[in-house]
Amino acid sequence: MAKATFRIWRGDAEKADFVDYETEVSDGMVVLDAVHRIQAEQANDLAVRWNCKAGKCGSCSAEVNGNPKLMCMTRLNDIPLDKPVTVEPMRAFPIIKDLVTDVSWNYKVKEKMRPFNPRPADAEDGTWRMEQVDIDHVQEFRKCIECFLCQDVCHVLRDHHLHDEFIGPRFFVYAASLEMHPIDTDNRLEELKNEDGIGYCNITKCCTKVCPEHITITDNAIIPLKERVVDEFYDPLRRLFKIITG
Amino acid sequence: MSSFESFDYDVLIIGAGGAGLRAAIEAANGDLKVGLICKSLLGKAHTVMAEGGVAAALANVDERDSWKAHFADTMRGGQYLSNPRMAELHAKESPDRVRELEAWGALFDRTEEGSILQRNFGGHQYPRLAHVGDRTGLEMIRALQDHGIHQGIEVHMENTVTSLLQTDDRITGAFGYEREKGRFKVFSAKAVVLATGGVGKAYKITSNSWEYTGDGHSLAYHAGAELIDMEFVQFHPTGMVWPPSVRGILVTEGVRGEGGILKNSEGNRFMFDDIPDLYVNQTADNPEEGWKYTQGDREARRPPELLTRDHIARCIVREVQEGRGSPHGGVFLDIAWIKEKLPNAQEHIRRKLPSMYHQFKELADIDITEEPMEVGPTTHYIMGGIRVDADTQMTCVPGLFAAGECAAGLHGANRLGGNSLSDLLVFGKRAGEYASKFAEENASIPLDESTINTIAQNVLKPFENPEDGGNPYDIQAELQDKMQELVGIARSQESLTQALDEIQQLRDKSLNVHTIGNREYNSGWHTALDLDCLLTISEAIALAALERRASIGAHSRDDYPEKEEEGVGKYNTIVNKNSEGNMEIRRESVTELTDEQKQIIEEMG
Repeated sequence: MAKATFRIWRGDAEKADFVDYETEVSDGMVVLDAVHRIQAEQANDLAVRWNCKAGKCGSCSAEVNGNPKLMCMTRLNDIPLDKPVTVEPMRAFPIIKDLVTDVSWNYKVKEKMRPFNPRPADAEDGTWRMEQVDIDHVQEFRKCIECFLCQDVCHVLRDHHLHDEFIGPRFFVYAASLEMHPIDTDNRLEELKNEDGIGYCNITKCCTKVCPEHITITDNAIIPLKERVVDEFYDPLRRLFKIITG
Repeated sequence: MSSFESFDYDVLIIGAGGAGLRAAIEAANGDLKVGLICKSLLGKAHTVMAEGGVAAALANVDERDSWKAHFADTMRGGQYLSNPRMAELHAKESPDRVRELEAWGALFDRTEEGSILQRNFGGHQYPRLAHVGDRTGLEMIRALQDHGIHQGIEVHMENTVTSLLQTDDRITGAFGYEREKGRFKVFSAKAVVLATGGVGKAYKITSNSWEYTGDGHSLAYHAGAELIDMEFVQFHPTGMVWPPSVRGILVTEGVRGEGGILKNSEGNRFMFDDIPDLYVNQTADNPEEGWKYTQGDREARRPPELLTRDHIARCIVREVQEGRGSPHGGVFLDIAWIKEKLPNAQEHIRRKLPSMYHQFKELADIDITEEPMEVGPTTHYIMGGIRVDADTQMTCVPGLFAAGECAAGLHGANRLGGNSLSDLLVFGKRAGEYASKFAEENASIPLDESTINTIAQNVLKPFENPEDGGNPYDIQAELQDKMQELVGIARSQESLTQALDEIQQLRDKSLNVHTIGNREYNSGWHTALDLDCLLTISEAIALAALERRASIGAHSRDDYPEKEEEGVGKYNTIVNKNSEGNMEIRRESVTELTDEQKQIIEEMG
């Protein structure tokens, strides 16, 4: 059986470095399989998050050869094995240990956002009528598995650390799923502008490129939200109208 | 409890998949203080992987559907070993539980009239599964999560409970550790709801993740609750078989619901060759009728690919054993063939089954719109579990409740696809409701510090064991091999007796396993601690399988091929811990159907 070397980030916030592990690899293996094999055979205490192993839960996010990936969906066939494969934790979040990072900030951000607020039900049994064409684009946003890879690559978070002023692509997608939900009644544009920092996004589309669910984050979620914010707060006619009507 | 971080709740919920979240939302409805413990991050539990849909007789697509039809289908699918009261409550209440998700933001696929769309699934007479493409579980858990986080529930992410705390019989709380630093946490609670999911990690080939080590089953058993029908482990007929690293990953039944067919290496649609008596009247005679059924023809009967999971899994095993399998030891599942029937088949498949399309494309280099998939059985679900009262979900231990996969009673000998997601909602809500009621009516009891100290010492033992005491991963892998081989789809007196013996030996070895490193996010330590649960539920499964000398539903005995033992009526198996601390088993007759229930089953055919 062929062998390959995996250069895995080991350690915690105080002290950490790459450690090389050589392990057997076989046809069809993904990076997470190799990490598991190393964990079972050579490094029992290696910390790694994972659950479904099928690209559905978004737990095993990491940086493989510098690229933000779900380890369970990254096949060894697709990466060169003649040199060590580096596996590192997501760099936009504080490290806990080895490949595990502290992503709790994301959960706090979501909790602060204004929740879904539906209009009264359309039918007596408490249900609503919605056309499939009106929900297709929202269903795209709801495919998000919260792997936070988009947050990991976003330079506003990764390089500028504006976690207090900017909610990141994941939560613009979430905001878009609420704002464009056919039966939601709230308006979140003021928060998007003032608290969520949508203006910081300069649409470099890094988030879209890494999304394992292929959500067109920038074009379908962020840009339409930016346009709505502009319409609401910067449209001269609307501003005039507001001044007149008070 | 000065030495450990401690928390005080009215209701503590252990497990944060669909059932746990739904229970927490219900419990937090009043003024009670509710804690929710998840083994992973919030929103990552196994519910997220459910694909096909949630079964509820909304009758949006076929107005002939009703709770009565759903009830009858569930009882038939479970081979009449289900608790009929649970099956009735489930069928009656699941429509409201699904509608309520919509009020919390879930967006199911729509009918042309704009209502929730429903699809066909194995064992359901009418199109009954509300769905979102093939990612229904994600939609469901996200709707519950996004609603739940605004209900004042305290969430403990990445925490594992190792013991329940009791005074006399009554539940008083739980003891566990948080993964990040390995620190201990003590939870005091007036009522505890177990919603920990399944046991798939006891087997080698499984669709379950690392978390599914039977924690709730084992906690309940040790606390004095009973486990019923543990022999009924569902081997889902269609898991991936190639490449080896993805073996066991689920291929949704939705593929067959959309017209996918099963073929052997000779190109034969073998499911037509073996249709059980119980289903002859409901099954298509020919491929054309089956196709029409999947396309919504109300006069057509379902294709044999939509028979119950237990039966299909056995047929696949037979094809493989008799030399008609696919190159990698499965059979072929073909959805690409529908291009003979539909002009835009490729696009249709990608739209109806997007995650299957990506799963095969990315993990196996297979384009399912062009070529067949290779599939074989994978350990998916356990019908058996913690015995609960049908209405309240309370176990025989005062203050201890259970809901979802870890509880039992609804599914009998075999679960119908789609009935799990509805189970989580219906009985998650009930568990939350009655746990709250219990908490309101009963005072909290102070915890016993010395017991807690003993538990804490035991939890640290893997660090103190000798260095040559064994690797916990090795024990886990050995157990998985043995369970797969000896307690899998085909069982016998010989294999099960051997299994019990092997489990005992592994138990002895497990006491000495050694953990390296420190307490911070140490997977080796966690694996060592999960071993007790895995061994406990493995023993219960093997013991119950040995006790049931018949082949019914998901349980097959090579030495007892008949459905029932001669002269013995229908019964449930019950496992409990006796006063000496050993596992014992007995039988109890199934709960009788009421006259009204009997009549419904007759009417519904």
